Amino acid sequence: MAEVLVLVELNPADGTVRKGTLEALTAARALGEVSAVVAGGPGVAAGARDRLAEYGAAKVYVAESPEIDEYLVAPKAEVLAQLVAQVSPAAVVIPSSPEGREVAGRLALKTGSGFLTDVTEIAPDGTATQVVFAGAQIVHSKVTVGTPIYTLRGNSVTPEPAPAAGEQVPVEVSLSEQAKQTRVVDKVVEQKSNRPELTEAAIVVSGGRGVASAENFSIIEGLADSLGAAVGASRAAVDSGFYPHSFQVGQTGKTVSPTLYIAVGISGAIQHRAGMQTSKTIVAVNKDPEAPIFELADFGVVGDLFQVVPAATEQIASRRG
Amino acid sequence: MNIVVLVKQVPDSGTQRSLDPSDNTVARAGADNVINEIDEYAIEEALQVKQAQGGEVTILTVGPASATDAIRKALSMGADKAVHVTDDAIHGSCAIQTSAILAAALQQLDYDLVLMGATSTDGQVAVMPALLSERLGIPQLSGAQKLTVEGSTVKVERQTDGGFWALEAPLPAIVSTWDTINEPRYPSFKGIMAAKKKPVTTMSLADLGIDPSTVGLATATSAVVDVTGRPPKGEGVKVTDEGDGAQKLVGYLVEQKLV
Repeated sequence: MAEVLVLVELNPADGTVRKGTLEALTAARALGEVSAVVAGGPGVAAGARDRLAEYGAAKVYVAESPEIDEYLVAPKAEVLAQLVAQVSPAAVVIPSSPEGREVAGRLALKTGSGFLTDVTEIAPDGTATQVVFAGAQIVHSKVTVGTPIYTLRGNSVTPEPAPAAGEQVPVEVSLSEQAKQTRVVDKVVEQKSNRPELTEAAIVVSGGRGVASAENFSIIEGLADSLGAAVGASRAAVDSGFYPHSFQVGQTGKTVSPTLYIAVGISGAIQHRAGMQTSKTIVAVNKDPEAPIFELADFGVVGDLFQVVPAATEQIASRRG
Repeated sequence: MNIVVLVKQVPDSGTQRSLDPSDNTVARAGADNVINEIDEYAIEEALQVKQAQGGEVTILTVGPASATDAIRKALSMGADKAVHVTDDAIHGSCAIQTSAILAAALQQLDYDLVLMGATSTDGQVAVMPALLSERLGIPQLSGAQKLTVEGSTVKVERQTDGGFWALEAPLPAIVSTWDTINEPRYPSFKGIMAAKKKPVTTMSLADLGIDPSTVGLATATSAVVDVTGRPPKGEGVKVTDEGDGAQKLVGYLVEQKLV
């Protein structure tokens, strides 16, 4: 059976395997026998191996070197390129984070391959699905050159366990000088949050211009916390300084695809819809009955968010006891 | 400090966009084509670096003849000159092919810093800094919310979830910018008038030494199999809050087993 490589992403905080990786392992199984590739600093693979095996990794390639974390993106692409040359996989699947896409692009050039970013599904024959133009069109594409490389959009696939051997295979790391040009001097965490990561979250609650101030975003955070959800923001809210840019959902921010998306005080301009239109269930609260967000919403409440949202938060919290 | 800013013309992201049914490429004819919004932040950043350090800002774009509109906009903001790579054979090129064209054009230019927007609103692939870094062998510092040049070193704050990574690399280097990095200026009337006289060099694939058969739709590294419109969502439920909005909302979530 053909081998398929999956690049592993770990949570920076605790070194556990990210949900996007479990999704990639699940999607990759359609193409062959899955091998996980862990590339990072010394000891990084130890805490990940069992989880990777549980989700279908027959092999876990372990490339550990301090230099992998010291330099941006390029080292991981080199490690993967070396493995592609060694094992001639049927495909490579990478979670679709900013780093994941950049690794994919570099890997494509190094291996003379094509790549497809932000795919939502991969068929056994290698055909991938992409949703483009703010979700308006669905495109099926195939890589026509080399080893197909895919980056998988978060929350597109439900992770399913499929226990496998998880045999650890050490990989010799020797990086070229070219891979050691951009040094990562510091990793700064400004907002510590116990909320799930935006692109991974099963539920996202986003606030828009209607929230009206940075202080009022506590209303959005309150609803999010009652649901165990991530917090997002529309571009209008971010541009007005209500919430930081790294939480922006839309064309110039993040693309999310949660089970439930709650849009509060968001009109639903195309720029925003581009980032959330593939959410499974969409709920909107807006005082303007003509807001375009209602065209997308499975359930909409026309009303004052300052009345509706705190009351809903309270009811959800009391249900949960 | 010579800076090249990569600029892309895209269909306006605020309008309905589509793929051309004849060849499944981005439909540009008939679309309202504008400068890729995030590129304006890269242009602004280039102008600010030039202000501080001197040098020249060159706009580089690959695209059809109509892309001159985007070039003029960039020049009217204050860039000094532009290079427009245009050739019918480029139509339908994938990111990998486009990166080959951009890299060949950059090799003919004199640059210390290459700037671009962190993503485009049409393709949203966001890998060009990585591809060009790979091809040109110079460092990639992508996703910048802050950029400083100190001597021959470039420092960038790469935006991450809830923070940033501090990056450092020697020049020449490639930097992509987010829209958090600055506030782009509006072109002044004087700037718009001056832009009309600024030099725009047009280059073909032959000028860059690129074999036309290696780019374009026919030899792209991926191919579209089919395109379908997304099935319209079923009519949703809309209620008006009369004091019971929250209850109805929570009721819906419970019914859908979402809480």
